[in-house]
Amino acid sequence: MLLDIKELSVEFASMQGNVKALQNISFSIEKGEIVGIVGESGSGKSVTALTILGLLEKNASITSGSILYKGRDVLVMDKREQQALRGKEIGMVFQEPMTALHPTMKIGDQLAEVIKRHRKLPHKEAYQAGIKSLAEVHIHDPELVARKYPFELSGGMRQRVVIALAMAAPPDLLIADEPTTALDVTIQYEILKLMEELSANRGTSIMFITHDLGVVAQMCKRVIVMYAGEIVEQGETHQVLQHPVHPYTRALIGALPDLADPDEPLLAIPGESPDLRRRPAGCVFASRCAQALPLCQEERPGLEPVQQQNESHYAACWVR
Amino acid sequence: MSAEVHTSTVTRTVNPFWYTCRKNPLMLAGIVVLVIILLLSLFAPLISSYEPTKINIKDRFAPPSAEHWFGTDEVGRDIFTRILYGARLSLGVGVAVVLGAGLIGTVIGSISGYFGGRIDQIIMRLMDMILAFPSLVLAMAVAATLGPNLQNAMLAIAIIKIPVYVRLARAETLSLREKLYVKAAVTFGIKPWRIITRHIIPNAISPVIIQVTLDIGDAILLVATLGFLGLGAQPPTPEWGAMISVGWKHLLDYWWYPTFPGFALFLASCAFNLIGDGVRDILDPKANR
Ligand SMILES: Nc1ncnc2c1ncn2[C@@H]1O[C@H](COP(=O)(O)OP(=O)(O)OP(=O)(O)O)[C@@H](O)[C@H]1O
Ligand code: SF4
Ligand SMILES: [Mg+2]
Repeated sequence: MLLDIKELSVEFASMQGNVKALQNISFSIEKGEIVGIVGESGSGKSVTALTILGLLEKNASITSGSILYKGRDVLVMDKREQQALRGKEIGMVFQEPMTALHPTMKIGDQLAEVIKRHRKLPHKEAYQAGIKSLAEVHIHDPELVARKYPFELSGGMRQRVVIALAMAAPPDLLIADEPTTALDVTIQYEILKLMEELSANRGTSIMFITHDLGVVAQMCKRVIVMYAGEIVEQGETHQVLQHPVHPYTRALIGALPDLADPDEPLLAIPGESPDLRRRPAGCVFASRCAQALPLCQEERPGLEPVQQQNESHYAACWVR
Repeated sequence: MSAEVHTSTVTRTVNPFWYTCRKNPLMLAGIVVLVIILLLSLFAPLISSYEPTKINIKDRFAPPSAEHWFGTDEVGRDIFTRILYGARLSLGVGVAVVLGAGLIGTVIGSISGYFGGRIDQIIMRLMDMILAFPSLVLAMAVAATLGPNLQNAMLAIAIIKIPVYVRLARAETLSLREKLYVKAAVTFGIKPWRIITRHIIPNAISPVIIQVTLDIGDAILLVATLGFLGLGAQPPTPEWGAMISVGWKHLLDYWWYPTFPGFALFLASCAFNLIGDGVRDILDPKANR
């Protein structure tokens, strides 16, 4: 197991009380596996990613749990050890390729800087390795692109550069936080293919954060569904998408725009997610759930296997 | 309005320096004055046949004439010559002090802003302490404590100038630190020191440059002020402030003695202030518009 998160809870201090952004989440990622994390805005996907990288803001505190990376808990590491992990072991790709690159440094120099750090090469060789890495993310004229500044590149090109930077070490785990949301559909597809290919060739695991269940269906072997800082369902992608158990997952799938009929209105889930400062005692989804029982208001359902004999599909719901 | 927008799009390919000078004649004037002063001081040995520190008692207090354009002082030295050589000192010291303070202040400020927490608290309280004193009083105190000479005067002026740069760089760093490209650099594994020097400072530098150009005129005045008070350059060094200091006692009898160095000081600090304003307009078009 490459990454094993257990009972992780994160809170943010704020004027109006603590925001409980993550509540006892547990999941794991195997070597070479692509795992999707889906959930609506504010469900804690980015917080999960930043916690793994040790990059939470100063007002955050980790109130419980452990994050084992290759068997070592990153939460008890000192700053230096966490620093050594970033880039080298765990890379990250962000949603906004337009602003993720140093605005006044040439692409080739940015790559050389990161490569020098991880592979201890002299500048010239690091620069050449950078050009090679641009070719590996399918940039056609890598020498030319290396001499350009970020503002001279399109969004898709920049995202390729960011991927090249994140994969420079190369890391064993890549966290991709909505890497294609800001891109055109055709470019989106190319970037997804590229990431799939890099994962397959190098055995890199990818934690793939997205809003888009279509992307999950295409890329991910397993999927984790988050709601209001909790995992409500997880399992093999085909099981979860074809036989969703949790009402929230079902609503998400129902909310998928039907590609065959683009005129059909997007089915939004009515209601709002709960205030993370005052988490409900019972099920977090109860306020929006059509199937809610009286029990749901009082007692929190645990993440349990959906069927006794099936240990790969879990859901947190009293009704099943 | 629309005509102006039009011209600005057309002239975008024109050299931005000349474009700005045309739009900002005061800055151009400042540059011209400065260049003249620089050339004069650089070629002082060619322009004047006198030596700046050579005493010639029989020519003392000679009024301005064809021989001594700005007259002579109490030991017969040519004031024009001393002003030319003094320019090297005043301008050189002014520029050096401000550049030094700018560099040190920027590094301290970006460290303070990037790491935050305790380091930040300590640094900023120290800067507040420096800023709490009127700057001239503090400079005088430092220079007097360390001993009256030019190096100590420079150090004193640098110390009072540093906090401004610390604050500027810190404020800029606080906003840059939140920029995605800085966070991304952290995830790529780049070390904090490199992030500060390669990713933050180069992008935090333009307000610092503006402040540097605005401060040079002030620093020249401060150097002269300390010289005037006897806390800076010591005689017979041809320093403007020191010349005025001795000369003003003779103002009523020999008006030229303090007047010309004073005028040189005025011209030089004006030139730098005009240039500073111009640089601010170029680098920060939002201000003052
Ligand atoms: N520094 C912070 N201070 C206070 N609250 C925070 C902070 N960072 C995140 N949060 C809160 O934590 C919750 C989870 O945020 P997160 O960014 O992980 O959502 P997300 O699932 O990534 O959403 P999106 O899809 O919009 O990116 C949100 O309610 C957010 O307001
Ligand atoms: S536990 Fe109850 S409220 Fe929660 S999702 Fe299931 S049915 Fe709905
Ligand atoms: Mg997010």
